Amino acid sequence: MKEILRQCTLVVRKELLHLWRGRARLVATAAFAFANLVVFSFAGGLHSEALRTNAAGFLWVGILLASTLALGESFRVEVQNNALEAMLLLPVHPAAIFYGKAIGNLVLLTLVGMVMIPFSVVLFDATPAGGLGRLFLTIPFGAAAISAPGTMHAALSSRARSRDVLLPLLLFPLVVPGLVAAVQATQLGFVGDAMGDYGDWLTVLAGFCVVQWGLGGLLFSFVVEE
Amino acid sequence: MTRNLLITGALAVLLQVGGMVAGLTLSPPEQHMSDLVRIMFVHVPVAWAAMATFTVTLVAAIGWLSTRRWGWDHLLDASLEVGVVLGVLLSVQGSVWGYPTWGTWWTWDPRLTSVAVMVLSFLGILALRAFVDDPDKRASWSAAASILAWGSVPFTYFCVKVMNSLHQKQTPWGAMAPEMLRVLLLNTGTVTILTLWMLVARYRLARVELQRELDT
Repeated sequence: MKEILRQCTLVVRKELLHLWRGRARLVATAAFAFANLVVFSFAGGLHSEALRTNAAGFLWVGILLASTLALGESFRVEVQNNALEAMLLLPVHPAAIFYGKAIGNLVLLTLVGMVMIPFSVVLFDATPAGGLGRLFLTIPFGAAAISAPGTMHAALSSRARSRDVLLPLLLFPLVVPGLVAAVQATQLGFVGDAMGDYGDWLTVLAGFCVVQWGLGGLLFSFVVEE
Repeated sequence: MTRNLLITGALAVLLQVGGMVAGLTLSPPEQHMSDLVRIMFVHVPVAWAAMATFTVTLVAAIGWLSTRRWGWDHLLDASLEVGVVLGVLLSVQGSVWGYPTWGTWWTWDPRLTSVAVMVLSFLGILALRAFVDDPDKRASWSAAASILAWGSVPFTYFCVKVMNSLHQKQTPWGAMAPEMLRVLLLNTGTVTILTLWMLVARYRLARVELQRELDT
């Protein structure tokens, strides 16, 4: 267990280094998420009330769409030059690779989500009723709900034909329960939590993450084996 | 397709027709919904069959990952396809019932949404199988994805119990009129037989497909 943890730390370090060196990926993902928010603000029409009401939904759909770029890219670089095969030849447990890559994607999506919060506030005129704390707290949980199943399915689709179609087709239905909880928690961050439901939604979201991260670690070895 | 399979298939279809005729004639109209209730006699059995078939997918996925026997992959292939067909049928039946009852073909109710998510989850795995050429990888990847997707099955079943839903909760058997219960059980039996037949037929087809793939 200790050894897997050490290996995982090394993979996380590699992912973060890769993220830092390829900052363009982070910028492109954030720019795409921002473009989504702008499109949603047009699609919602000129009814500012409707935009405010759906701000949390727009934010998370924007992050989800942008995540397909980030997740797909995270495995595209591994497939190029057979880097993934090379990593599997090392005495590294597949679960360590999964958690390392999932944490790398979690960091990227969390950063993108946090950058998108001020844009959501401005574009949708959705001033957070109870401050920004709840919004910023929800983002890493929601990002975790996308990054674990996303890493798993990016590993699958990166080596299949039509991978760009396949990743959203596999990922979107799977993350719906987590996304619903993330949208509800974020919405309470925007409009205020008069009934004290925020903790419940965050618990649902955390529960979803535990299941997805647990199953991902167990099943990843079957996905990357040769 | 063998002659036996054709004969048993024709018998299964005939049984199903018999069950549907029984649903239209032997059961009385319901107090509030009148004749609309008759769709329940096929809707509930199809829901049961869809969820059971997706559970067979889970068992087949675990079976493949632990034994690597091709039979499990054929079963996974068969149950995925049959389950998706049943899931789509379930949604169509629900819509046909929903329009006169709720006044809309579709609403984003927890039960309807969870059924849509369940069907889409497994439909994505069918697409995955279509896009992977290596049979071994196809089997392992779709098995792993099926285990992840199966979570939507218990969620679909229990969501009406724990969430506010337009869709009614499961009616206890004792609360149903005996004439209705008899017809419902009859149709549950006929739909189960038809589903089993489809699974066997698709399983055999999957076996032939793999053999042909390995030969070429």
